[in-house]
Amino acid sequence: MGMVEFRTVSKYFGNMVVLRDFDFTVEEGEKVAILGRSGSGKSTLLRIVMALETIDRGRVSLDGETLWDADAGVDPGRGGERGRIRHMRSKVGMVFQQFNLFPHMTAVENVAAAPRHVLGIDAGAALALAQELLARVGLADRARHYPSALSGGQQQRVAIARALALEPKIMLFDEATSALDPELVSEVLDVMRALAHERSLTMLVVTHQLGVARAIADRVCFMDEGRIIEEGPTEEFFGAPKNERTRAFLSAVQVA
Amino acid sequence: MQGLTLLWQYRFDILHGIGWTIQIAAGAALVALILAFVAGLGRMSARRPVRAVASIYVEFFRGTSALSQLFWLFFVLPYLGISLSPGLCAVVGLGLCFGAYGAEVVRGAFEAIPRSQRDALAALNFGRLAGFRTVLLPQAMILITPLFSNLAIELLKSTSLASLITIPDLTFQAHSIVNRSYDAGPIYLFTAIVYLILAQTIARSMRRLEVHLGRGLHPARAARVRA
Amino acid sequence: MPFSWSFVWEVLPALGRAAVISLVVTVGGYLAALAFGLVFFGLTRARRESIRRLGRWTIELVRSTPLLIQAYFIFFILPEYGIVLSALTTGVLALGLYHGAYTAEAYRAGLESVPAGQWDAVHSLRFSRFAAYRYVIIPQLLPPITPVLGNTFITMLKDSSILSAVAVPELMFVANDLGSERFQYTEPITLAALIYLIMSLSFALILYWVERRMRRA
Repeated sequence: MGMVEFRTVSKYFGNMVVLRDFDFTVEEGEKVAILGRSGSGKSTLLRIVMALETIDRGRVSLDGETLWDADAGVDPGRGGERGRIRHMRSKVGMVFQQFNLFPHMTAVENVAAAPRHVLGIDAGAALALAQELLARVGLADRARHYPSALSGGQQQRVAIARALALEPKIMLFDEATSALDPELVSEVLDVMRALAHERSLTMLVVTHQLGVARAIADRVCFMDEGRIIEEGPTEEFFGAPKNERTRAFLSAVQVA
Repeated sequence: MQGLTLLWQYRFDILHGIGWTIQIAAGAALVALILAFVAGLGRMSARRPVRAVASIYVEFFRGTSALSQLFWLFFVLPYLGISLSPGLCAVVGLGLCFGAYGAEVVRGAFEAIPRSQRDALAALNFGRLAGFRTVLLPQAMILITPLFSNLAIELLKSTSLASLITIPDLTFQAHSIVNRSYDAGPIYLFTAIVYLILAQTIARSMRRLEVHLGRGLHPARAARVRA
Repeated sequence: MPFSWSFVWEVLPALGRAAVISLVVTVGGYLAALAFGLVFFGLTRARRESIRRLGRWTIELVRSTPLLIQAYFIFFILPEYGIVLSALTTGVLALGLYHGAYTAEAYRAGLESVPAGQWDAVHSLRFSRFAAYRYVIIPQLLPPITPVLGNTFITMLKDSSILSAVAVPELMFVANDLGSERFQYTEPITLAALIYLIMSLSFALILYWVERRMRRA
């Protein structure tokens, strides 16, 4: 059983179909890149894994446990459900396109916030852990800076450290480099590459930047209109794309 | 100047009046603060009955004048069997009135926090209370503080209405001195200046609170690394 | 609770007439506030620093002082200088002066919301000062300040109740008066509060409608 499993999942936003009979499996330790145009459903895919969205049909499971089962009638608002969702969320970490750092906290406080207030680790230990993680992403000297004093690349690295603080099994990257100026992309990419070396960490990287996919992924999927049109090992995918739409996308993005 | 000698002559009454003004203002402010958060957050609740009650409270007390609310508590409530002291009438009445305005400020502030912050909290698996306390509330307070500062000054001014339900506050004292001495100008001018000083004190303290809360968000200030 | 409907019907006409007075006072006060606001605002934009400072201090003083005190002040001070006005006029004056300080702020915010480039355009096209304001500046500052000025009217309606203390025969004054006749305050005061509520909600609706039409234009 895969670490992440989608089985005939469908999701609608009103009349719009966002995911269509979607089947998708990610094994433990795999690094998968998901490419596609905006509106292809790739961000929604991540949000479902993060339990920020529900599904309308099908089944999603994480680490062998069922996350969403549309037939079983799931109501995320109820008390018992909330506990279950929080349990599932503890396996997943997410990095957003807009970083979403807490503006009123310094970098180290941002990273220490979840360990302290979610895991209940005491303040001193949480700050020490945070300092270590910031060092890992190369920002030890910026620990006491506020997000407004950090560049985009630095903020995103803090966001990665913040997500790692909860030791998730699955890391989700939602267009993590898309909001960055080109010269800042590499510092974030380096951090992601270092993460990719960890054998047990499963990574799902949604991006429209081909360089990111190439650098990180073992496997690449191309999504369009709520389905996976093509997928394959990275080199094969980029070397010889089989599907017409994939080729169109690749050449369009390459020019841009 | 006759005005100054009058002020000196009645200095104890005036101080007594100022004491009452400050007490009513402080009491009403406390009530209003609590109601502002309860009703403001209540208006954003997922449960419809909570939302309804909060909305009715807010719309009713924003739509009626503070004076009519005070008069109602003072004149009508006794007929319902509840007899509040004038002081309590003023504190409750003004507290309810400004709590309603405060609730709109609270609601606006929380609604202004970008949705992405809630996404981040969800992604980090924050519990509802922890997320509220450590992330949402601090950010809301930065937006709330200047607006509460304005409301606090309005509250201070509306304590003068308490003089109309027999409370011997500053306005009451000034008015009675004028009625006894027929020297209106200097007395009311002096009273105005006292209110001005009180209002400035409130404004200045609130501004200091604002600066303290907002230290992370202004880039120039943030560049100075915290010691 | 002794709530007599017959008393309600008895006092309703008097309260209705008083409500009209409240509206008249509010409208008068509103126009006065718009005018005084212009004066205050003009002071703060004078060429001489001392006049600008006077303007700012006056606005600050008026905004920091209770309306009640200002009403008392005007009510007692004017006769000393030989100016004898009716209670109604005094009330209008007091309301207008007090809220004038707020409308001055609204004018300032409205003016600041007009992009600087508009002034450049107007100068380069050699508009006269009057034409510039009339055709370019004022049309652009009206949409942002309409909600504020609309709310000012509703606030003034509620503040007009304070004028009951200086014998202006408006709604609150009459309600109090009727109540003291037979020492039966419940009906008149409850009714007065409800009438204020109905009036302010009605005007809030009108304001909402006006704002919507402005947005479409």
